[in-house]
This record gives sequence, C-alpha cells and structure tokens, in this order.
Amino acid sequence: MRHSRIGSWLAIAIGTIYFLVPLLCTFEFSLRMRRGEYSFDAYRIVLSDPQFQATFLYSTALALATILVGVLLVVPTAYWIQLRLRRLRPVVEFITLLPLVIPAIVLVFGYLRIYNSSSLLPFTASEAATNLLLTFGYVTLALPYMYRAVDTGLRSIDVRTLTEAAESLGAHWPTILLKVILPNVRVAVLSGAFLTFAIVIGEFTMASLLDRPAFGPYLQLMGANRAYEPSALAIIAFLVTWASMGLMQLLGRRPGDGR
Amino acid sequence: MAFLDIESLRKSFGSHVAVEHFELAVARGEFVSFLGPSGCGKTTTLRMIAGFELPSAGRIRIDGREVTHLRPNQRKVGMVFQSYALFPNMTVAENVAFGLKVAKRPAAEIGPRVTEMLKLIKLPELGGRYPYQLSGGQQQRVALARALAIKPEVLLLDEPLSALDAKIRVSLREEIRSVQRDLGITTIYVTHDQEEALSMSDRIVVMNEGRVEQIGTPVEIYNRPRTRFVASFVGTLNILSGRVVDAATGRLAVDGQEILSGGAIPGAQRGDTRAVALRPEAVSLSTSPGHNRLSGTVEEVNFLGAIVRIRVRLKESAVSFDTFNNPNVPPPGRGTTVAIGFTREDVLVLEGGGSA
Repeated sequence: MRHSRIGSWLAIAIGTIYFLVPLLCTFEFSLRMRRGEYSFDAYRIVLSDPQFQATFLYSTALALATILVGVLLVVPTAYWIQLRLRRLRPVVEFITLLPLVIPAIVLVFGYLRIYNSSSLLPFTASEAATNLLLTFGYVTLALPYMYRAVDTGLRSIDVRTLTEAAESLGAHWPTILLKVILPNVRVAVLSGAFLTFAIVIGEFTMASLLDRPAFGPYLQLMGANRAYEPSALAIIAFLVTWASMGLMQLLGRRPGDGR
Repeated sequence: MAFLDIESLRKSFGSHVAVEHFELAVARGEFVSFLGPSGCGKTTTLRMIAGFELPSAGRIRIDGREVTHLRPNQRKVGMVFQSYALFPNMTVAENVAFGLKVAKRPAAEIGPRVTEMLKLIKLPELGGRYPYQLSGGQQQRVALARALAIKPEVLLLDEPLSALDAKIRVSLREEIRSVQRDLGITTIYVTHDQEEALSMSDRIVVMNEGRVEQIGTPVEIYNRPRTRFVASFVGTLNILSGRVVDAATGRLAVDGQEILSGGAIPGAQRGDTRAVALRPEAVSLSTSPGHNRLSGTVEEVNFLGAIVRIRVRLKESAVSFDTFNNPNVPPPGRGTTVAIGFTREDVLVLEGGGSA
C-alpha cells in the first residue's frame, strides 16, 4: 500500500518534471531579450508584428472552415454508419486512419499533381481555390481525430432508439440530426473541433508547399531567424491551446449541471 | 371495420422467419397486449406497426388508411420504448413539446398541451428538469406524455416497464391503463410478463416462434388456453398425458384412471393421446360426488406458511397444487395415499399431441 503510493507520487513527479521543465525554461528564455533583466519584449515584438497577426488570422479562419467542413462530413457519415451501415465501419475506420500513415508531404505532392493549374480541376490556379484546396487537405489531415471523437460520442448514446423516438414523433432527417443527435454528441464534436484547430494552427508542410501565408510557415521563419521570439511564440501557442481546452470544458458541460 | 387492421403479416430476415400469418383486428380504444417469450416476434410485429420495419408481406391499416409502406413519421403512431429514449439534451417540457414543434403547431397551443400532459402523468412540477435528473419511473411517464402529446391514433408500448423495479412496475402499469382508458386511445402493449398482460389488457395475443398461438381476453387465455404453449406460458399448470376413451362425452384416461373433461373433444378418436392441463388452484384434497377424482401417493409436501404446496404422484404423471394451511387439519404426510378432486370444467384438453 505504502509502496504503491510512493510509486504513484514518483510517477506524477517524473511526468510533471518532463512536461513542465522544458516549458518553464522556454518561458524563462523568452523573457531574457533585454540584457540583465526579465521583460516581455519578445512578446511585444511578436504580437505587434503585422505578419504574426495576418498569418495567425489566416490560419484561424482556415481552421474554422476546416472544422465546419469536417463536422458536415463526419457527423452524418458516422451517424449513418452507426445507424444502418455497421458492416462498413471497419472500412470507414481504415480510410479515416490513412492520413496518419500517409505523410502530409505525399498528400500535398499528390494534390499538386492532380489539381495543378493545367489539370481538369485547377485548384492551384487562383488564391481562393488554393485556400479551398488547403482546407480540404486539412480536413483530410484532421479526419482520424474528428471521426474517432464523433464516433466515440455516437457510441455513448443510443442512436437507434433516439432516432426512432424522434421519427415516431414526426421528425425528418435534418431535424433528427440537428435537434437530437448533434446536441447529444456536442462534447465529442467539440473535442474533434479543438484537435482540428490545434492541427491546423501549427501545420507547416501543406501550407508551405501550397505557398499560403499560414501560421506554420511563419513559425518556421521566425525560428530560423530570431532567438527569443520563437520561445515567446511557443508560449503563446500553448496559451491558445489551454484556452481551447478550457473552452471545451466550459461548453461541454451538461445542461442543468449548474443549478 | 376494425380500427387497426393487420392482415397476413409476415417478416423474414434472410432465411429466418420472424413473424408469419399474423392476423389481428383491434377495435378503437382497445388495449391489446402481445405476450410471449423473447424472440417470439412480438417486438418485430410492433415495429412493423410503428414503421421501423417493413413487412415482407401483408397489410396494416389504421382507421381504414393503408400505412404498410408509410414512413414512421407519417403514421400518427406514438411509441414508448423500453429504454425511455428521452432526448438527453432537452428538458422534460421540451421533450413533451418536441412532436408538436416538429408539426409546427403554434406556441399558444404547445404550452397548454405540455402543461396538460405533465398533469396527466402527475409530474406538473418537473417541466424544467432534464431526463438524467429523474428516476426511471418518472422518465417512462415523461416518455408516455411525449408520445401522447401529438394525439396519435395508436399508442405502441415496447416492454415499457421491463427496466423498472417491481414496485414501480405495478403502480406504473395501473397508471398507464388508467391514462389509456381516460383518453380512449387504441393501444398495443408488448410484454413477456404474463401478469402485466393479464392485469392490463382487453385482449391478449399470445405469440410463439413468430406465430399467433391464441387471441383472447385475459380470462379466456388463462382459463381456456388452446395450446400447450399458451397453457404453460400463462400461469403455472400441471400437464398430464391423457388417452381418449370417448371423444363425444369427453372421457379420458390419465394413468389408467378415468376423468371427464368439459365437453366433447373435437377431432379426437378413441385411443388418441391428448395433453390435459390442470390449474393448481382447481385441484383440492376433497372430492365431491360428480367431480373428477384421481388417487395417488403424496410425493412432496412443502410448508410455505399460509400455503402448503403438495405434489401427488399418480403413476407416470404428477399433480402439484396449493392448499391453505389449516392449523386444525395437518397436511398429509409423504407416502400417504390421497384422492384429489376437480370439476369437469377444470380439465383443459389442449390442441396437439399429448406426451406429458
């Protein structure tokens, strides 16, 4: 009993040191821009850099678009598989896992070959179309996470009976999906959404090779040319992630829990 | 013409036939139970009426309107599920209002209707609660209110009390029946619990292996089971093997002792064997002139307090029955020879063969 307790505390301590020390060091280093004293200069410079603002905004917009397309694609698919096409589940799971096996660079080269400006679907011919292509690429990259999250959520509720109850009350498919199924897998969809957000915000390969002004390539540029600012950016990225997780907790609460 | 009319219904899944030759005519306002063991096809039949399964053959009509191929949301049928199936993201009031909102009823109608329904199920204060804040019994009452709010033509209940504990089950079944009577709504109730079916229904459809075994009032089903399956599934029964002595007078021999049944045995010849059923409550240790009489040896005596359960061995067959404990008359000891008596009418000759 005593031994196992010491063991668990030791495990927690090692884990904490492993995660916190690099973070604290990065934070400490990001404050050392001014010689001999701590300051937030690096943060000031980064935050006031118009390129930071533009790329961060670009990636955020793309992340939101990716989440929207991803949810519209994944929720009905996972729902339909859970409800009627259970035999297809292994096939769909395999397909959704492919982006984990195929490197992003292979994907983007494939895109460039298929959708170049002289192809039948010239996605790379204009900036707007390239943005669209990048969004679709991100949807693919985020598919394993989004599908898994939504599928787990759907498995935790009795999809079939809830659907039948709604149907017997006169509801049609759009109402059932929007009013009954989606609200009950909200937490799962939100976790999928935040994971997607995290992937898109830091993604480098696709954005760089499609030559889009995203946050990933900007991070790389800063990292290659500056000393203190990349550390400040890393801390900012962590803060954004934590804020996302906090929001996920807040929005994922069950209705009526607060009373 | 019947209000709910089911004609030659059949459903197969691949080579497995789940339901066949199902015929039923339900009058308006009638409460009909489908009773049978699991896998007998009762839920499949209910799901075909609801529209969740398409029949392989046959027709379903509600109030003269053919609904066989209509989608569930076009049938005006209210459904209550075993697992309640309340929408977890909605309050009780929102759950009850769901069907009305889907039908785009005006808000001025929805509010009062929800209040009326919550009063009907005796939960007027709980409109603002979420399903997870309610007990199982309360959730099932809300599910009932939700199904009734849309004023369905037929109410379908699929083992609605199976997930509840015994005490709640009894009180809720009385409540369901009284609500059904008040509203006069035509109701189909699926259950595997014979007590539920007997106590609630106007008529019972006893099903086994996808077929209807017998349709009748609870009294008919209990007192006059037509088949061996019905006899053994509804209540506890002694089933004995009888040899027909005289089919016209209903005379049979059980282990060499002759008894008389209630009347002629249709379709039987002298020497045929028939299963003979005797309800334990029809048998007593006293015999009266004109009554049937069988003698045997007491094989088992179980003293259960107010009741004494006795098993008498004839030869091949044995008869179990209960008597009230009488402090002045001690029960017979094991091994004593006794005579048991029962009336002609208590002898139920069942259809089909007769090895006991």
